[in-house]
Amino acid sequence: MTRAAAETAGPAGRTRAAAVLRWSPLAPATVILLLFLAGPIGYCVYIAFTDTQLTGQESASFVGLANFRHAFGDAGFRNAVVLTLVFTVLSSLLGQNTLGLALAGLMRRASRPVRALTGAVVITAWVIPEIVAGFLLYSFFERRGTLNAVLEWLQLPAQNWLFTLPILAVSFANVWRGTAFSMLIYSAALSEVPQEVTESAQVDGAGGLRRLWHITLPMIRRSIGTNLMLNTLQTLSVFGLIWAMTRGGPGNRSQTLPVFMYDQAFMKSLIGYGTAVALLLLVVGALFSSVYLRLLREEV
Amino acid sequence: MRPTAPLTLLTAAVVAAGTLTACGGSGSDRNTVKVAFIKDTNSRVTVRDDYIKLVARQFEKANPGKKVRLIPIQASENDYYTKIQQMMRSPKTAPDVVYEDTFLINSDIEAGLLRPLDSYIGKWDDWSQFETTAKTAAKAQDGRTYGVPDGTDTRGLWFNKNIFEKAGLPADWRPRTWDEVLETARTIKRKVPGVIPLNVFTGKGAGEAAVMQGFEMLLYGTGDHPLYDPGAKKWVTGSKGFRDSLTFIDTVYKEKLGPEVSDALSPNIQTNVAAELLPEEKLAIDLDGSWLGQQWQKTGGGNPWPEWSTTLGQAPFPTQHGAPPGRVSLAGGWTWSVPQKSQQPDLAWKLIETLQSKRNALEWCVRGAQIAVRKDVAAEPRYRTSVPGIGFFTGLVEVSRYRPALPAYPKVASAIGEAMEAVTADDSSPDRAAKDYDEQLKSLVDGHVVARP
Repeated sequence: MTRAAAETAGPAGRTRAAAVLRWSPLAPATVILLLFLAGPIGYCVYIAFTDTQLTGQESASFVGLANFRHAFGDAGFRNAVVLTLVFTVLSSLLGQNTLGLALAGLMRRASRPVRALTGAVVITAWVIPEIVAGFLLYSFFERRGTLNAVLEWLQLPAQNWLFTLPILAVSFANVWRGTAFSMLIYSAALSEVPQEVTESAQVDGAGGLRRLWHITLPMIRRSIGTNLMLNTLQTLSVFGLIWAMTRGGPGNRSQTLPVFMYDQAFMKSLIGYGTAVALLLLVVGALFSSVYLRLLREEV
Repeated sequence: MRPTAPLTLLTAAVVAAGTLTACGGSGSDRNTVKVAFIKDTNSRVTVRDDYIKLVARQFEKANPGKKVRLIPIQASENDYYTKIQQMMRSPKTAPDVVYEDTFLINSDIEAGLLRPLDSYIGKWDDWSQFETTAKTAAKAQDGRTYGVPDGTDTRGLWFNKNIFEKAGLPADWRPRTWDEVLETARTIKRKVPGVIPLNVFTGKGAGEAAVMQGFEMLLYGTGDHPLYDPGAKKWVTGSKGFRDSLTFIDTVYKEKLGPEVSDALSPNIQTNVAAELLPEEKLAIDLDGSWLGQQWQKTGGGNPWPEWSTTLGQAPFPTQHGAPPGRVSLAGGWTWSVPQKSQQPDLAWKLIETLQSKRNALEWCVRGAQIAVRKDVAAEPRYRTSVPGIGFFTGLVEVSRYRPALPAYPKVASAIGEAMEAVTADDSSPDRAAKDYDEQLKSLVDGHVVARP
């Protein structure tokens, strides 16, 4: 609509013209989003309902829910779901979240140099690219790696976690890598807790633990929710770290859903099935998110 | 995939769009022929790269104005297969000549990724020089030929004569049954501590190397058609041979006759064996391929080890109980093929002709420790004296068996790898793993199975 036309069209026309004008700078972004965001997602959903393969098949056909039925009957898939939950609870909920809060709390009391040093070290782990972190931690945990060299020097028994307890090793790796994020969120949140409230509780005779439980935690509840949600979603999608450290093995003892999905889609060439698993992973993420969102909404 | 996937997808899509449009220009260049091939994960091994560069220079000289662009893909075999399959799906990224493992070729033919070469082969005089078995290596079920093989390979036992001497074992070792192989390994374990007695590739990490060099070398020594019954056109389930082969693997790793389990299951085990364990004389017996010598050549081999020819001996792998012919070997190999979506099929074929001219084929067999598939190359004195042991491995061709040349084979092989991994990591007993394999096989081949207990 041109300016002249808009001016003659009366008030209703003018608002519509204004709306169009206001939207027009966003038009390229919208088009690009539809094309590159909605497009691939729609394509993914479509592929998940076909038996597309990378090789060994003349043409793909629509198979309805067969991929999903296969997934629920597949022991490998169920194993991956369990491992994903273990990995998420261990490394995200218990590890990153708790450790992040503890670090943030301790750092508020620490002297400036300690704070600066700790902050730098923790954040370095966060800044390192996932795959680099994966190789670093592989060489740390590996049978002939750094950890065993140190243990040997200390005359302690050696470990071979990458083989005996791979899911624990990759969980540790993820804690190492992701704690910085929680620490940053909680540092920000803790500095928002008004000093007066804490002080008056102290005057009333509340000890450190009671202050934490009754004052600090309720006041940073929203940050906890946000942090849990972001951590969980991030952890659910961890692939490079596990791939570099164990490739999901030995056997399938550290094969979480993203690794299982990659294995099916690109190692076994079952693109259709792999995509269906990806959609199911999306559902798992959505379930976690909705639980956290509910927690966020509840008033204390 | 995850809820933050939109952002990733968006970025990926933008990057992909950028790359694809960028490639569009070079893809339509009529004077360039692109060759994709696998590069060893050990960067110092450049045998294949050097040879292809040599041929490319020849080709450019003979065809003025034409250029060869090399696309070396440095990856483990499994990753290489995935990569070329993805490249071949689009005309923008498809190479013009691709190096295909005969393991995979039928699957890729079925998927329509490759171009039949019969019209070219019909006009090529040199084709008559190829061995009959080699000609069928890339022949599909439709009777057409999709690739020109550049060599074949066989498999057997490599053993370290120095370690054998320390253990009081003969330098002309020739085991007659599986038990003798295991017994020898046990002797070495007792008498030469600190040395790994026997390596049999296993698990998912080593990919097809584990399935072919490891499992099938055992399985094909248990009877006729232990994997696929060509008469019934069905895959075999529930066979005793299958369980026995898994039991052999189980014994090797449970009695600690093999490498440390976590090393054996690592994807790097092949490089590990060839680049470290054998040259450093830490491994006594290795069930491996005929090409091993290429790793230790003076140039391009990565780990020059001139003494290998006197240090290592070779012995054929025996059948389970010594049943005739008493020797087992599997033959595989690679072919040069032209993708369906190649933009320059004529030029691509010309390059394949150059790659497999008598002179270059000989060059490759010598450099790559390959077993010749051209009769005129096999007759050359330079080939016969090229690599120590080549005579031994060429002699195995007559007993060599071939993997089922069927599109479903790669998937079946992957299921075998999982069964091996489960047994090696001690997650399943051999019986349990064999049952799981049978279950999986049924769904992989749509129930075309027959029980052979």
